[in-house]
Amino acid sequence: MKAFTYQCASSAAQAAAVSAQPNTRIIAGGTNLLDLMKLEIETPVHLVDINRLDLARIEDTRDGGLRIGAMVRNSDLAADSRVRERYGVLSRALLAGASAQLRNKATTGGNLLQRTRCSYFYDITKPCNKRMPGSGCAALAGLNRMNAVLGGSDQCIAANPSDMSVAMRVLDARVETVDAAGKSRVIPIADFHRLPGTTPQIDTNLRPGELITAVTLPPPPPGRQIYRKIRDRASYAFALVSVAAVVDAVGSRIRSARIACGGLAPKPWRVAQAEAALTGASADTSSFDAATTAFLEGARGYGGNDFKIPLARRSISAVLTQITRT
Amino acid sequence: MIDEEGQARPAVTRRHVLGTGGAVTGTLLMAGLPRAATAAAPVQSDTEASDTSAPGALVDVTLNINGHPIPLRLDPRTTLLDALREHVALTGTKKGCDHGQCGACTVLLDGRRIDSCLTLAVMHDGQSITTIEGLTEGDALHPMQAAFVQHDGFQCGYCTSGQICSAVGMLAESQAGMPSYVTEDLSVPHPALTDAEIRERMSGNICRCAAYPNIVAAIKQAGGVGA
Repeated sequence: MKAFTYQCASSAAQAAAVSAQPNTRIIAGGTNLLDLMKLEIETPVHLVDINRLDLARIEDTRDGGLRIGAMVRNSDLAADSRVRERYGVLSRALLAGASAQLRNKATTGGNLLQRTRCSYFYDITKPCNKRMPGSGCAALAGLNRMNAVLGGSDQCIAANPSDMSVAMRVLDARVETVDAAGKSRVIPIADFHRLPGTTPQIDTNLRPGELITAVTLPPPPPGRQIYRKIRDRASYAFALVSVAAVVDAVGSRIRSARIACGGLAPKPWRVAQAEAALTGASADTSSFDAATTAFLEGARGYGGNDFKIPLARRSISAVLTQITRT
Repeated sequence: MIDEEGQARPAVTRRHVLGTGGAVTGTLLMAGLPRAATAAAPVQSDTEASDTSAPGALVDVTLNINGHPIPLRLDPRTTLLDALREHVALTGTKKGCDHGQCGACTVLLDGRRIDSCLTLAVMHDGQSITTIEGLTEGDALHPMQAAFVQHDGFQCGYCTSGQICSAVGMLAESQAGMPSYVTEDLSVPHPALTDAEIRERMSGNICRCAAYPNIVAAIKQAGGVGA
């Protein structure tokens, strides 16, 4: 690990201001950042610790939603009775991620900023446009079993590894930030993560010197909620495909449906046309097929990850079948 | 042993400590303490920290380890794991993967289990850390330690201190009603601790010798689960 200086932030705005300085990183739970620093993928010269800031509360909002402080630990968020009762998909997604020890440290804001687990991003001897812009993408023709089949570019096919973000996406969460001047901004989760395009080194639309302070959930959407994760072992592994769904059905008639997937793309993936194909439809194979086809529009494999396309199709169908079962 | 300032300090090895018993560090190593003491709230330290010094400059931090305040002067890069092992000579906490994947370094931070390899010691000024050495009460093994011995919950033993600390933290989480990925009904305030629940909740601790069935049995006994 490269040497750095360390300070505790005295306020969110101060942390934001300091984080705008070159080679400076905010440290929260540290479970991703320190891993990357040990491998010298991240080499900050200065760390700003925000663990002592008052950002770890979960509060009811006036409209019946929840405001989750950026420093709420993943385990505390998953265990919160309001989340368990009203946002089960979020609780399940959090519990599907990492291990208990890591969830006790990892934070809500940090999870949103979790970097890809692409093996070439981690291998500093190989080209990676996300780690070193312009060096190339070794995953395109390499070992790409875990990589994206949607939303990638000819410069990067890294997949976003987060489970939590997939649930946040299906729940239409909003990310609250503060800048160095203390000015706050709200970013819809749909606009928070970026596709790689020609700048795969930039994961999110956070601006330099902008700090996540909270994530706000609107009131829970009607219907049942499911999070299903398919992975190489039963626990403590990243998703090959994960499906977050919220579906409101009366009998076999679907009134509304939301589907987001993890493991498939550089950001939590959600497709309006797929949800439109289910709205007002009968819960049967033909509507499920129409939805999965719309969801996977434009999907392409790169050899090792070809299997993800049929796996996603079947996983979404299975979740829709389960969630509409009367 | 040479510290960061280049000054020699007495080499304290586990064997030496165990042999001499009454040494100050020995007291630390062997000290038992009421487990309730580890749940103390974090001390709000002065946040005016040194941000002007050069990278690598040493930082003063006091860790409350197994009930004892231990002042340390550390390179900020020092992980909690390395602080425990290399600076406090508490080598019961093991370094396995050093990347949060194996759980061998599990300790309790203010009573909650974490991987000590993926956090910096300087981030925990004033906080309470319980290691495997701090679980004993005097000469008496912690019930989880005794259960691991009784059920042969290990073979080579390298993962064991992490398994035991993790299991102690896991039981506290379960008693607090925290759910897991295999909890069928999230609305149940206190999900029952079935074998499947124990296995899922302990999945952050890898045992290369695959002593898992005996680890589950030990945890059930220590947790008073089943018969």
